[in-house]
Amino acid sequence: MAFESLTDKLQNVFKSLRSKGRLTEEDVKSALKEVKMALLEADVNFKVVKQFVKAVEERAIGQDVLTGLNPGQMVVKIVNEEMISLMGSETTEITFAPGKAITVIMMCGLQGAGKTTTTAKIAGKLKLKGKKPLLVACDIYRPAAIKQLQINGEKQEVDVFAMGDNNKVSDIAKASIAHAEKNGHNVVILDTAGRLHVDEDMMAELQEIKQVLTVHQTLLVVDAMTGQDAVNVAKEFDEKVSIDGVVLTKMDGDTRGGAALSIKAVTGKPILYVGMGEKLSDLEQFYPDRMANRILGMGDILTLIEKVQVDIDEEKEREMASRMKKGKFDFNDYLESMKQMKKMGGLSSIMGMLPGMGKMKDIESMVDEKQLARMEAIVLSMTPAERENPKLLNPSRKHRIAKGAGVDIAVVNRFIKQFEQSQKMMKQMPGMFGGKKGRGGFPMGGFGGRKFF
Amino acid sequence: MSEEKLGFFARLKKGLTKTRNNIVSGLDALFSGFSKIDDDFYEELEEILIMGDLGVRATENIIDEMKERVKKDHIKEPAQLKEVLIESIKEQMQVTEAEYAFEKEQSVVFVIGVNGVGKTTTVGKLAGKLKNENRKVLMAAADTFRAAAGEQLTEWAHRAGCDLIQGAEGADPASVIFDAVSAAKARNVDVLLCDTAGRLHNKKNLMEELRKMNRIIDREFPNAHRENLVVLDATTGQNALQQAREFGEVADLTGIILTKMDGTAKGGIAVAIQSELKIPVKYIGVGETIDDLQKFDSNAFVNALFDVKQSEEMDDGTENVNIGEI
Ligand SMILES: Nc1nc2c(ncn2[C@@H]2O[C@H](COP(=O)(O)OP(=O)(O)O)[C@@H](O)[C@H]2O)c(=O)[nH]1
Ligand SMILES: [Mg+2]
Repeated sequence: MAFESLTDKLQNVFKSLRSKGRLTEEDVKSALKEVKMALLEADVNFKVVKQFVKAVEERAIGQDVLTGLNPGQMVVKIVNEEMISLMGSETTEITFAPGKAITVIMMCGLQGAGKTTTTAKIAGKLKLKGKKPLLVACDIYRPAAIKQLQINGEKQEVDVFAMGDNNKVSDIAKASIAHAEKNGHNVVILDTAGRLHVDEDMMAELQEIKQVLTVHQTLLVVDAMTGQDAVNVAKEFDEKVSIDGVVLTKMDGDTRGGAALSIKAVTGKPILYVGMGEKLSDLEQFYPDRMANRILGMGDILTLIEKVQVDIDEEKEREMASRMKKGKFDFNDYLESMKQMKKMGGLSSIMGMLPGMGKMKDIESMVDEKQLARMEAIVLSMTPAERENPKLLNPSRKHRIAKGAGVDIAVVNRFIKQFEQSQKMMKQMPGMFGGKKGRGGFPMGGFGGRKFF
Repeated sequence: MSEEKLGFFARLKKGLTKTRNNIVSGLDALFSGFSKIDDDFYEELEEILIMGDLGVRATENIIDEMKERVKKDHIKEPAQLKEVLIESIKEQMQVTEAEYAFEKEQSVVFVIGVNGVGKTTTVGKLAGKLKNENRKVLMAAADTFRAAAGEQLTEWAHRAGCDLIQGAEGADPASVIFDAVSAAKARNVDVLLCDTAGRLHNKKNLMEELRKMNRIIDREFPNAHRENLVVLDATTGQNALQQAREFGEVADLTGIILTKMDGTAKGGIAVAIQSELKIPVKYIGVGETIDDLQKFDSNAFVNALFDVKQSEEMDDGTENVNIGEI
């Protein structure tokens, strides 16, 4: 993705600051300036950003900075937590009408949001749950919209109810209920035409449907790429037809999806599903924490882990672990592990996969790939003999290495010292790969952490 | 929902409602509400631009440019700056008549973009417009993927009164393009309009498919005027910039069609795209009927961009919100 991560930006802001005990107003303000930019770039609505940042600021000022974090990271931690709590902390499901009653779901949204496709996707999900859904073609305006629903219904093997484009939509909806009752359907999904939230006549059409029959769930379908206007759209739909939940489509694109936060903020309604592709099976549960990460540009770490886990070279890992235990871990092993790490998508992922390495969120904030590159340059400037036996490293060798790597001699000294400390620690902590106090023992932890420089 | 929860949302809603009820339009409020050009003034301007989807970078650039102008030209009055600002964006977005040359030549129009932006509808509207100008138009239905996409375009061909070359659902879209180009040449058609399936720009294989279609047109119809139009939904935020970039990688874009301008979105991302990629907006979509396509008018665009309802109240209403209690 083309985005510079928020973590990177904050790193720049806080380059000069050392870890202090408490977050000062100044710390928080300069960090939040970057947070604000990141949120705006992610398309979170300007007013929502302003409010959010203000609220975070109030909470953050005066907070203790956790050991291991710098002030910037601490602010990100708070931002991330608040974001997740605003997005809602758990997944939500469609609620069904009690007992044997037919559940009526009405889909609505702007033109081109993906209602018809989503309707068919939801039908597939409900079928798997043992429901017998009926899809109803209520888009009588767009050319071939009815046909599109019929084809999708066929693909999903669910029935589609249509009455052409010459009937009133509320009549079609009413008739579909009778049809469902007769044919034993227990869920009815109304696929309505796309409409602008400011189109009074078209909004009235939706209201009329809700007047002539009981709609249990009104779902607003929103394109994840929506910009600043998302608040107007969501608010108008919610005010006029009272929505119960949101489906976010086209999330398989590379948008940050800030609209999700805006919509949640103005409506308070949960996001139920996300559309992840054009195939009718591409509908997933919504995870608020992942969305928060995506909007903030900190990457969808959990997904990364899942993906990366497959590629672990277990053999090598076991071998390295045994060398570590014996305190035999040298700079060659360091290089090897760096190589592995890159293959697996970076330090955060490898660390996350090691048991006892703690929560991913914390690890992500500790990792700095640029520093790792610098350290790699240091090791690469060593001779093979030096890599195998760090004891050889006398001052003149260190000077040569510093020059070769293009860093200050102090950086080389600190790096080597930390390396030795880690080696010692590893020997003292034989169970680190399964142990609970693992973090300090793993060499990357110390080296990748921001505290190093 | 807890009371605190409602508190946050209710407050935000209240703020937005006030926004809507305020009748003073944005730019006027901005320039009459301030007696001098200061930080508050620029902050307000930032808000208007960001809310119009121009994005952080384009907004910063514009504000920097304005600050420079203020210094260089010794501008003191907000009203003076208003002229400068409007003129600057208007000028940047200006399209010349030469940009519409394809309407009068023998041309192939390749219409591309992500899903649901309005490609098919736009092809229908364009056909209607060109028919009115007495051009001989042919459509290519190269969306063989989406359910009933062919039927949708067939209806538009019917409305516009032009012919259509179609492939079966699931057929190779490149072969549809090939057939359509052959037919266009054989029938001596003036303008061939190619509708394609929507695709997200980060799908590599689907983008390759477009590249292939583009190559076929180049190869089979080298003498035709090429017009490659990316359709962007005005409601889209910053991602539209990425869309323009990526679609520009598979075909040299000659223009943008900005749809759904009849809604409340401003389509300000087009300004950022014009700054960075120099692709002009040529048409805007303003509705769902065949006549709802207009040539882009930079004057109207800029005016609409600044027609934002202001709300000072919102800021007052947000004090002491504790997100932790949401
Ligand atoms: N309000 C409005 N709706 C539009 C406009 N252009 C297209 N649409 C609607 O957007 C939806 C998607 O359009 P379609 O042409 O199928 O998009 P495609 O997937 O890009 O081909 C349809 O419901 C169109 O009627 C426009 O300018 N304004
Ligand atoms: Mg289409």
